[in-house]
Amino acid sequence: MKLVNPLTAIFHPPPTPGVLAVFGHLDATVEAIGQLRRGGHTDFTVYSPVPRHELEDALDQPVSPVRMFTLIGGIAGCAIGAWLTLYMSYDWPLVLGGKPIGSIPPYVVIMFEMTILFGALATILGIAFNALFAARRLGTVAYDARFTNDKFGIFVPSEPARAGQVESLLRAAGAEEVRRA
Amino acid sequence: MAETSPSRVTYDFVTRTIARTLGNPGKGYYALLILAVALLGVGIVCLLFLLRYGLGLAGYSHPVYWAVYITCFVFWVGIAHSGTLISAILFLFRSGWRTAVYRTAEAMTVFAVITAGLFPLIHIGRQWYFYWLIPYPNERGLWPNFKSPLIWDEFAIGTYLTVSTVFLIMGLIPDIAAVRDVATGWRKKLYAVTSLGWRGTNEQWRHYSRGYLYLAALATPLVLSVHSVVSWDFAMAIVPGWHATLFAPYFVAGAIYSGVAMVITLLVPIRKLFRLDDLITVHHFENLAKLCLLTGLIVSYSYCTESFTAWFGGHAAERAAFWYRAFGPFWWASWTMNICNGLLPWLLWSKKVRTNILALFVISIFVNVGMWFERFVIIVVSLAGEPYERFANGPYNPTWADWGIMAGSFGWFFMWFLLFVKNFPAVSISEVKEVLPAPQRRKVAAS
Repeated sequence: MKLVNPLTAIFHPPPTPGVLAVFGHLDATVEAIGQLRRGGHTDFTVYSPVPRHELEDALDQPVSPVRMFTLIGGIAGCAIGAWLTLYMSYDWPLVLGGKPIGSIPPYVVIMFEMTILFGALATILGIAFNALFAARRLGTVAYDARFTNDKFGIFVPSEPARAGQVESLLRAAGAEEVRRA
Repeated sequence: MAETSPSRVTYDFVTRTIARTLGNPGKGYYALLILAVALLGVGIVCLLFLLRYGLGLAGYSHPVYWAVYITCFVFWVGIAHSGTLISAILFLFRSGWRTAVYRTAEAMTVFAVITAGLFPLIHIGRQWYFYWLIPYPNERGLWPNFKSPLIWDEFAIGTYLTVSTVFLIMGLIPDIAAVRDVATGWRKKLYAVTSLGWRGTNEQWRHYSRGYLYLAALATPLVLSVHSVVSWDFAMAIVPGWHATLFAPYFVAGAIYSGVAMVITLLVPIRKLFRLDDLITVHHFENLAKLCLLTGLIVSYSYCTESFTAWFGGHAAERAAFWYRAFGPFWWASWTMNICNGLLPWLLWSKKVRTNILALFVISIFVNVGMWFERFVIIVVSLAGEPYERFANGPYNPTWADWGIMAGSFGWFFMWFLLFVKNFPAVSISEVKEVLPAPQRRKVAAS
């Protein structure tokens, strides 16, 4: 029996079989996305050098869950700011001029800054988590270096038997180049 | 942007042009870099003397114990403000022209905050105890005093440094991926690691765009808060000339004013050295000049309001402080400030000046000088002219250690900035493409 190196399995998973199409035009890409969706494909990957609303509309994906990270991070930051200032004030009271030991107005500044800090860091975590999960799934799909420059791309995972059909669909939609991966 | 760019500016052109800036930048670049490092060397030598002989070298004398270092601190924090203004606030306002200049402004922000952060440490005297600023119980169980504006300031600047760094890195990721895909050799390896696996997939863009939006939404109130908090370092004290409710908006406007001027000062040589004329056009400079004019007018208005309040309020100490400011021994500093910040920006009403890059460059330098003196006037002159116990006021004058360390801070800032623009995309590749017309098969009706 051949043993599989677990590190290789995690970091170098075998490539996903499928078809990679390179598009030179945005409207052709949008058309191809529409045809793929109508043909029942859901798990394809679209590459683009810039985020475009046309692509978003064609893909019609749900709103990213990153916003929940931001919200929770912001609320947590505000709470930590309040706890930090109030706990530290009462832990060693500095009584000055009969003023309250824990006085909220100056602490609002700390709470505000902590809201922003934690909110921003949680947003970054949210992007990292979501993008990493996406990368785990999509790390094995074919890629072309031109996709960060001036080409759009679509990768459709498919069994070799069905690949011919996908290939002709992508060509008909206006792909400049179609190849099997 | 789209309507002002020449038609040869396509997606591919943008990638190539910006990737080229990572190649050999020529002699001019290295000359500037050597100059920056030399200035930094001067600063380091002065700092070593200061560490050895103490803060007496800074010329402090009662009641001026906040002087050039705090002035530099406020100046550099101010410089840091336009970066987030351009990258976050203009992003929320959907100003397309920001795309070509925001990366430079953002990098400037990060390096300016790093530079600013040095000054409180230099200023505290026993610099090796800097960690006492961190909320950490000492052996007697004491905690920081959260009612003090100085601790607010630490939180504000710390948050600002973290968030603006994160914002800069976030924006860089798709661009590093773009240069990764055209680079060769060791650079390709470097960018492969630093692009964190970016491929521009629909999933990545979906989370990235949302996240970027929220970061911008968080950074917007942050940028307004940071200089407000810095201004409260002064406004919370009862020194005449400091104790004013006007300070927060006055400082924020001043910060953006000086920051935009610094963006112009930096962009003019960068554009020339890296031949970015097609991407950073006169149109961009004109818009920056308009921002400069707007904030400059707010600053001038604040000067007037401040003086008017001092007179109209009828408080003898306040009146004396403002009289001392304008006609005392530091009259030259006040009038430099008034002329550079109050009068010069009026030139920007003229479109001819706004579209003349050399004129803008010169004005932007004057604005920076003026804004440095504004902080000097507010901080040092207000203290020196403190009217409560004038019989006890000693004479104060900045010393060589002050000027040397200030020069060093400019060297430090420019060194980081120059290294950044040489090694990372100095103009956002993906965002510049975003405002270009996308390649379409069908001809789109010309608008």
